[in-house]
Amino acid sequence: MSYLSRRSLLQLVGGVAALPLASGLTGGVLAATPGTLTIAYNVNLPSFDPTVGLSAVNPTIQSIYQAVFDPYIGQAPDLSFKPGLLTKWGWNEDRSKITMDVRKGATWHDGSPVTPEDVVWSLTRAADPKGGNPIQFVWAKVGNYKIDGNTITGDVLEFEPTLFKWMAFLTGYILPKAYFEKVGAEGFEKAPIGSGPYRVDAFERNAFLRLKAHPGYWDGKPAFETVVFKFITDPTSRVAEMESGGSDLTFEIPYEEFDRLKAKPGLAGQTKPVSDIAMIFITDIDPMLDRNVRLAAHHAIDKKAIVDRLLKGYGVPISTLEAPGYAAFDPSIKVAYDPQFAKSLLAKSGYSPDKPVKFTIQTTRGFKPKDYEMIQAIVGMWRKVGIDANIEIYEIAKHFELRARHALAPAAFYNWGNAIGDPSTSTGFAMFGPSPHCAWKGKDLVERIGPLWGEKDEAKRIAGYKAVDKYIAEEGEVIPLFQYVQPIIHKKGLKVVSQSNGMILPQLVTPA
Amino acid sequence: MRSGELIRRLVLVPPTLFGVAVIVFVLLRVVPGDPIAMMIPPGASEADIGRLRALYGLDQPILQQFATWLGQVASGDFGRSISVRQNVLELLLARLPATIELALLATMTAVVIGVVAALVGILLRGRRAEWVVDGGIGVLLAIPDFLWALILLLLFGVLIPLLPISGRIDPEIDLNLRSNFFLIESILTGHFDIAFALLHHMILPALALALPFAALVARLLKASLAESEDQDYAQIARARGYSRPNILLHEVFPNALIPTVALGGVQVTLLLGGTVLVERIFSYEGIGNMAIDAVINRDFPLIQGLVLTFAVLFIALNLLVDLMVTMLDPRLRHG
Repeated sequence: MSYLSRRSLLQLVGGVAALPLASGLTGGVLAATPGTLTIAYNVNLPSFDPTVGLSAVNPTIQSIYQAVFDPYIGQAPDLSFKPGLLTKWGWNEDRSKITMDVRKGATWHDGSPVTPEDVVWSLTRAADPKGGNPIQFVWAKVGNYKIDGNTITGDVLEFEPTLFKWMAFLTGYILPKAYFEKVGAEGFEKAPIGSGPYRVDAFERNAFLRLKAHPGYWDGKPAFETVVFKFITDPTSRVAEMESGGSDLTFEIPYEEFDRLKAKPGLAGQTKPVSDIAMIFITDIDPMLDRNVRLAAHHAIDKKAIVDRLLKGYGVPISTLEAPGYAAFDPSIKVAYDPQFAKSLLAKSGYSPDKPVKFTIQTTRGFKPKDYEMIQAIVGMWRKVGIDANIEIYEIAKHFELRARHALAPAAFYNWGNAIGDPSTSTGFAMFGPSPHCAWKGKDLVERIGPLWGEKDEAKRIAGYKAVDKYIAEEGEVIPLFQYVQPIIHKKGLKVVSQSNGMILPQLVTPA
Repeated sequence: MRSGELIRRLVLVPPTLFGVAVIVFVLLRVVPGDPIAMMIPPGASEADIGRLRALYGLDQPILQQFATWLGQVASGDFGRSISVRQNVLELLLARLPATIELALLATMTAVVIGVVAALVGILLRGRRAEWVVDGGIGVLLAIPDFLWALILLLLFGVLIPLLPISGRIDPEIDLNLRSNFFLIESILTGHFDIAFALLHHMILPALALALPFAALVARLLKASLAESEDQDYAQIARARGYSRPNILLHEVFPNALIPTVALGGVQVTLLLGGTVLVERIFSYEGIGNMAIDAVINRDFPLIQGLVLTFAVLFIALNLLVDLMVTMLDPRLRHG
């Protein structure tokens, strides 16, 4: 160990004084390193285990997880499903058993092979009620796994039509049995290994995650040898990172900044509608028990104007909780902007602009782009037809708690993500009374959605949800607003594959 | 501070911390938003929610939760973070050094800027140029630290991109250090390349924290210098023919320092509080940045640990300031 001498102290002081100058003379320390892809990422990574705890159900973190770990089943940019570590999967005729084929030749980051035992151990661990997997209730619906070569069979304990879709999303990751049992949960957090395209090289919490390409990856070595996720949660700082050249790619920035940055030399921008929608929950309390009020509230909103004026055109107006690309999307269901019709509906219930119906609408402020401004605009549109809404601002954490207690205001703004595009994870969970996420607890929907949970005929299930969506639109039991569009800014010279589920996967970024 | 007073202050530390613990524990559970509500996935039933609640011990009555947690804390176990899923104490000990180093650098920078500004200001006393110094101090004081952070970020990160604007160290650098006091250890062990890289990243956040504090030091010190300079002993020294700079530095400055240290020292706690937003803006990996995530995720054990850590730091700083004032002021030392 060497200690500080007077000479070295002087060297240090001189060096520090020269830091900014040296940076300027060398063209800036902020230039990207060749072979390295640096992503200015919008959230921190709290935990490495993708199957347990809060992080496991945070959709925003899944891009990092999918760089390090393999999901059971892969997902294409258009939300369709493709082979991952499972090459084949399916039910038997009577839906009493499942079969899965595990890919041969895949390896963990320590070089050991991925085995069917790893898959069964991961599924069994996920199904353990004491394991802390938030989606445990899905994984627990299959058990008694048997391995025959690379084929796994399991008994269906309770039919879950979306089981295989979950295998591509939240907590649907395969972890290394032998390694995990050797190092334990704490050890895994400190030194995680997966079978994904990148292995963890260095992690400084709340600062950065450095990944190195997994040379033995079954889908081919990724284009960039090194990937750095810089955790920059502040959008202004992410914009500054791109302008300073400190990062190669970022996303989730204000649309105004997106337009400004993409016009700059050296930067390019791309957008894609993603599986995240803006909506207004309607709670089945006064005055929303009045169908005229609900429908009027929906017909009075000019969604296109909101998208064009507040979101600079980056949004796709929708009429149901199914966005284009979802399995049960039905373009024929439309709730038109018609303020006159809204007025006539309210008049039937004795309301008018002079004698408005009054209620509270809750919203976040700054949680999603222009959320508060959007609700202000909607309240303005409502006022013209005879609705006097009072805006209450809350934190997203409070929204979750109120929603779980069925204590939301008559109207509450929220954004609903559905990365697997299944109607059960949009209309199903958002509108089915017993679901803790549902604000409309009416029996009408419980009776309509209930039978669809266990429907074994897929075509019939999807058709059933389309019918439910049509009914909801006709009854005005929720107000879908628009599908979000994800803005991505990157350096020119990069080819970025946008995903409909909103993930930014470094393995899909290549030099142009 | 006499030894009796010191002992009295030390004896008061445990009940103070206990009071802080009670307040934060109760507040967290009374304020809307709990971690389980954030964690509920689509399709979870009441039973599933209950299972998760029990898993994190949140199904117990508040009093029982508090007793359990307090018992753990007394034995040095701050619990396990809900979001990070690691031991809270380990997390705090890993991150606290980053904040301490940043706060130290910011304090040192503030003291240097503040003292220089005060001395220049007092030397220019009565001249028009004094207004310029006072105006500068006023501007520094009027802009809060988080706004300085954004200004510096845009100025030196974007307009004139001289310095990095995120993180504590370049992701390309491999750190092989024993402690989490990266800067101090790298200097003491002669790893100056690492020290440069660390300082490179710390300059902007440290400056953002330092500027308002420097203005405060400058204003307090300048006022004290002016007051002391008007005292008889300074006037007599002047009459004896000593030069003004000599009197200011050797006679007036030591006396003027006492109220500045007493009042300015307390402001260091505000500087520590300022690290929360500044660390966030610069993605600096200290406990301030971690605190925001902990609050967003309603990570009760981590928030409790963080609040207690801040409380300990504040108490320690106040004690330190009192000790320093006692050392500087012979009236307190011998009174």
